[in-house]
Amino acid sequence: MLDDIDRRLLRYLQDDPEQPLSALAEGARIPQATAARRLEKLRSQGILKATRAVIDWRALGYAVEVSLRITLEKSPRAFEDFLTQARTIPEVIEIQTFLGRVDARLSVIARDMAHYQELYRDQILTLPHIADIEALMQVAEVSRREGLPL
Amino acid sequence: MIDAIDIALLKVLHQDASQGTADLGRAVGMSQPATWRRLKKLRAAGILKGARLELDEKALGFGVTVFLGIKLATRGRVSLEDFERAISAIPEVQRVDHVLGLYDYRVRITARDIADFERILRRRIMTLPGVGDIESNVLLSEEVREGPLGNLA
Repeated sequence: MLDDIDRRLLRYLQDDPEQPLSALAEGARIPQATAARRLEKLRSQGILKATRAVIDWRALGYAVEVSLRITLEKSPRAFEDFLTQARTIPEVIEIQTFLGRVDARLSVIARDMAHYQELYRDQILTLPHIADIEALMQVAEVSRREGLPL
Repeated sequence: MIDAIDIALLKVLHQDASQGTADLGRAVGMSQPATWRRLKKLRAAGILKGARLELDEKALGFGVTVFLGIKLATRGRVSLEDFERAISAIPEVQRVDHVLGLYDYRVRITARDIADFERILRRRIMTLPGVGDIESNVLLSEEVREGPLGNLA
């Protein structure tokens, strides 16, 4: 099980996942070798699943981001078929499924509104088992704190 | 200004940003100094904005993630800045996006369980100034995709 040292280590790591091991160990107030060993254990236990780069799509020319809230038809294969095909659209950067008023959400990025319209018509509306779609246009990211309140 | 090697580098970093420049360089067929220069360039261009951890939230005691759609009750007179500052300060709030459409804000919240979520919702979110309609959807699954990197090369 996780102890206080593991939690402290993850807390410091999530604040700055790119810091060198020496800085991390110093922050968490443990020897570097201990930090390395514990990180390895957290990885092998699947608690630390991945460290992923954050890519700013706007800086790469994708000025439009739309959150599509989707209600699916009530059929046994609806989720599976929908998800399988949604994964093939490169401009879909996040896929989530929910328990609630909506069944799924796709984050879609596009270069501009014309590109978005094309994606929406040709790729999104043709996804299987969609009963209803609502679009929320991203205006600004107000705050983002990926970490957990450990 | 972005070439195929930059794209390859971004793809590798999207998979695993914890590796050092030597390993990254090997993955894209570049020397360590050349890789380091490219990373520096991608950061300076604002394309590479750090890294984030993907944790097993349940194993860490956070069993429930909820997305809220929030509509502000009184338009115009409510200070958006005050609302944004107040909601962003709640420790369980992981993400706040200002959106256009059915809701004004989309908020991601992590909680220990449904009871904990209810406490956060009632005591912290519903008491914020200007909050109107709130819709909650409990997250069942989530995938972060590589995105259109393949289209850029």
